[in-house]
Order: sequence, then structure tokens, then C-alpha cells
Amino acid sequence: MFSSLRFFRNKPILPGFALSFGFSSLYLSLVVLIPLAALLMYVGDMSWPAYWAAITDVRVLQSYRVTAAAAVYSTIAATVIGFILAWIVSRYDFPGRRLIDALVDLPFALPTSVAGITLSALFIPEGWLGRWFALFGWQISYAFPGIVVAMLFTSLPFIVRSVQPVLEELESEQEEAAATLGARQWQIFCKVTLPALMPALITGASQAFIRSLGEFGAVIMIAGNIPFKTEVTSLMIYVRLQEFNYAAAAAIASVVLVASLLLLFLLQLVQTQLFQKDAR
Amino acid sequence: MFKTILGAITSFALLSGVSSVSQAQDKPILNASYDVAREVFSAINPKFQAQWKTQTGKDLRIDQSFAGTSRQAQDIIQGKKVDTVTFNQVTDIDILVQRGLVNKDWRKAFPNNSSPYYSTIAFLVRKGNPKHIKGWDDLVRDDVKLVFPNPKTSGNARYTYLGAWLYANEKFNGDQGKTKQFVGKFLHNVVNFATGGRGATVAFAQNGQGDVLLTFESEVLNIASSDEFKAGGYEVVVPAVSVLAEFPVAVVDKVVDEKGTRQVATAYLQYEYSREIQLLLTTFHYRVNHPDVAKVVADRYAKVRLIDPTKVLGSWEQIQQTHFASGGVLDQLLSQR
Repeated sequence: MFSSLRFFRNKPILPGFALSFGFSSLYLSLVVLIPLAALLMYVGDMSWPAYWAAITDVRVLQSYRVTAAAAVYSTIAATVIGFILAWIVSRYDFPGRRLIDALVDLPFALPTSVAGITLSALFIPEGWLGRWFALFGWQISYAFPGIVVAMLFTSLPFIVRSVQPVLEELESEQEEAAATLGARQWQIFCKVTLPALMPALITGASQAFIRSLGEFGAVIMIAGNIPFKTEVTSLMIYVRLQEFNYAAAAAIASVVLVASLLLLFLLQLVQTQLFQKDAR
Repeated sequence: MFKTILGAITSFALLSGVSSVSQAQDKPILNASYDVAREVFSAINPKFQAQWKTQTGKDLRIDQSFAGTSRQAQDIIQGKKVDTVTFNQVTDIDILVQRGLVNKDWRKAFPNNSSPYYSTIAFLVRKGNPKHIKGWDDLVRDDVKLVFPNPKTSGNARYTYLGAWLYANEKFNGDQGKTKQFVGKFLHNVVNFATGGRGATVAFAQNGQGDVLLTFESEVLNIASSDEFKAGGYEVVVPAVSVLAEFPVAVVDKVVDEKGTRQVATAYLQYEYSREIQLLLTTFHYRVNHPDVAKVVADRYAKVRLIDPTKVLGSWEQIQQTHFASGGVLDQLLSQR
């Protein structure tokens, strides 16, 4: 606490601190904090019963379930696939490696609704990819799995981009040392590599999960948006906006926001608890 | 490098500044429209600009904005400086009235309740009409699956819902219970509620969802004859009875008074009633009221008896409250599982 205060008394050696700090706080206020405050202001105008009614409407409740379930599935899938992608890109040198590396970021560049339309065309029962699932009687587009696919697409880069730098930094000496001590390959992976990657994996997964909770553009294009089956929470917010019911929209948005914040906080806690103990 | 870019920007700014001074120019106006109006207004605007030039000798820039009309109304409420609105929803102009942006007598400002053209809800079915869809009754059959956007987020879907409701209401002589049952079945036959008209078209025509796409007759005819979807051989079915869908226009009084553009904005909307534009509108498959034009194109439209929702269900405000508000009849029917 005091050590951090001392920081302001001794001028940092690197010049330009005041300017860059001022800029950062101004930027954060303008782009992040003020919109958040405006959101809370809309909510603040509501009475408690009105707020409660807005966030516990049966269709909205069901949309939380749909959104959370889809986000869980997509995050699990994204973590596995993202890990493998990060692994091959950082551990092997093969022709086309840089191409794959660049492709990973594509979901960030593509407007998400375009991604949604394209995915929905691919995953219809007659589509290039959907036909293989149709063999098992699985409907992807315009059904629940479609939501998972859309979320997976938009959240995959988060995993890859948080795991990859750590994997690259991770020195092979540790693994080699484990090998000379007689560890089998899977033992090396589970006991040496994976623990070192855990914080990055958790960070990436939580970012992916939170991104999925709020994803709108890609999801609504592929979900089918049938009440009680495939309506996601961000759609319910959009519907409330269309009804000019800004307060109710803000109320539902606040639920998503609080859920995301709680999750981030919890993860932070788990991470410090778990990994600082290990480090000691 | 930096200097050259700066120089280029400055000279560009100077050039454009000079060119705008050298010609007599009116203040640009901004027209806000519904999503699928792009082609229509890219055809109308140059014609009006030419006419304005011969009339006043001044150049006029018309800026256009396209989005769902509820979205447009939100933007205007939040301060977007829109001079004229050309919507497909009366209720989205009414909300502007409530917020004091549009005069409450706007329906009387232009002919035909300020609706220069109109349409109705029609069906698009697959090649050869394999499910033999003829009218609304076929749409509640168990073996028929429908595609139309969410009535909460799309104007044409609100008319679609009202079309089914008005049909059932007549069929059951106003029996509320039976009407609700009919419309509930109708809604549960929907396999995909896109958020907008375009998403529904893609789901039906490109991705093969459902047996029937419901939207404005104009849009249905446009899709069937478009280069993009012509190959699909889709067929248009116009039911014998359907809903009157007005396309209302209004001057946004507060904005035009602020900007001093009332005259040009009014002239712009009035121009939509001219013979030339009415004829042009029919090429986009809208129905028009201009007596000459209507006579000339009469054989291009299917015979249909149109029911005006406000004659049966009360004012648009009442319809909005009863059916489309949060917890209204639409929500109730969708909540039945």
C-alpha cells in the first residue's frame, strides 16, 4: 500500500510517465468507465421490483441458461482446439506454419455477423460440413449446437493468443531434464508442461467464456432464435432495445456484466491461490 | 512522408472547400429508411435532385441511412439529425411524436395518411409449391414450416403477425380464444426467427430452411425475380385476404426547424406522390394510390382484399400495447410451449 504511494514521490526514470498515465486514465474513462456508468444510470432509474421483473422474465431466464450452457461447451472446445493450435504453431516448424499463425486471428478481423451467415450456410444439413453431422441426425445450424459453433469461432483466438507466448517462452531444458530423469512423455506433459501453461490456459479460457456470453452478431445469424430453445441473452437485450425499453435492456445487460466481473474476480483469486502456492 | 500526407489532406480539404463555394448549394438533407429500401431510394434520390436543380437552380445532397426502423427511431431520439423518415411502421413514427420530434398531426401532412405507397404480406414457396400453400390456413398445418423474422425486431414480421391475426379474427368471427389458438400454432410453425428481413431470406432461399417465407409482397416479388435467387424457381403466393401494410413518411419537425430545411424536406416527401415516382415505385413491386398509375399497372398485382389493422384492432398505439409490448399477446403466445 505505502510502497505503491512512494512511487509518486520518486520520479520514475523513464520519461513521459505523467503524460502517458493521464492519457491512459482519460482513455479508460471515456471508452470504458463512462459507458458503464451510463448503463448503471439507466438501471438506477428503475425500482427494485421493476428491475427484478426485467431480469427474471421467464424467457430471459431461459436465455441465461442457453447462453451459459453454450458458452461452457464452446469454451471447453475452444480450449482443447486452441491449445493444440498453439502447440503446433509454437513447437513445430513446418511449411505453412506462419500462415496458420496468421489465420488464427481471422475471427477478430471478420465482422461477426458475416461469420455467422457463413457458418450457418456451412452447417445446414445440405452444407459442406453440416452433411457429416446430418448422418448422425445432428442439426447444427438453427439449433443449439449452432450457437456453440458460432461462439467457438469467435472465441478461439483468445485461447491461442494467450497460450502461445507462454509455450514459446517455456524452455525445453525443463522438459529435457525431466526426460533425463526418466519421465515418460505423458508424464513430462502432465507434470512439467501443463502446470506451467495452466495460468495462460485459464486466462484464455475465461476471456473466451466472457466473450461468448456477450456474443451477438455471429450467434443470432445461426441460432434460429426460437423462444425458450435458442434465444441468447444478447438477443433479449436487443429485443428490449427495439421495444424502446432501455431500462430493461440495461438491467439484463447488468446481469451479464456482473456475471462476467464475478467470474473474472473468481479466476483471479483461484489463480493467485493456486499458483503462488506452487511457486513457493 | 508525414509532410506529404499532411499536404495531400490540406490540398484536398481546400479543393473541396472551393468547389462547395463555387456552386449554389442547399444544406444536405438526411433521409432515414428501413433496411430493404436501398434500391428504391437510390432510384428516387437522383430524380429529386435533378428536379430540385431545375426548380431552384441549387444543388442538393441527399444523405441516406438504412436500418430497421425501430433502430432508426432510437437514433433520432438520441440526437441523429434526420430530416425525413420513410419508414415501414407507423408505430416507429408515433414514438417520435411521443418524444416531441414529429408533429402529432403528421398523418394529415401528406395524402393517403402520409403513406405514398403500400404493400401487403405475401408468401414465397419452393419450386412447384410442393406443400400446396394457398392461404393462411395452410400455414398452421403440422407439416408446414415457416420462416419470418422476429416481430419484435422487424417491421415486416409485425405485419406478418397481424396478417395471421386479422385473417383468424375474421374466420372465427372475432372469437379471441380461437384466434389466439390459430396465431399460436402459426408462430410455433416458425423454424427460424431471424432478427431482420435479410437474415430470413438467407435462411429460406440460401440455406433451405422451412417451406414458406413470409414478408412484404414487394420483397417477395423482388426475391423471386432477383438475379441472386431466380435460379431457385421460387413461387409467389398472395393469399386472398391479407393485411394492409402502409409505408408512412414524415418530416422530422424538430430537426428541420433547427436546420432550416423544412421546405426541401417537405418537397422531397411530396415528390414521392408524383406520377413519375409512383410509376417508379411499381417497378419495385410496391402498390400505389395514384389513380392513373394504379390503372396502368393493375394487372401486375394479384387480387387481394386488404384489411386495415387500425379498422379492426384500434389505433396503432393500442395495437402496439396489446400485441407487441413486453408481455403482450405476442409474448404470451410465444411463451406457450
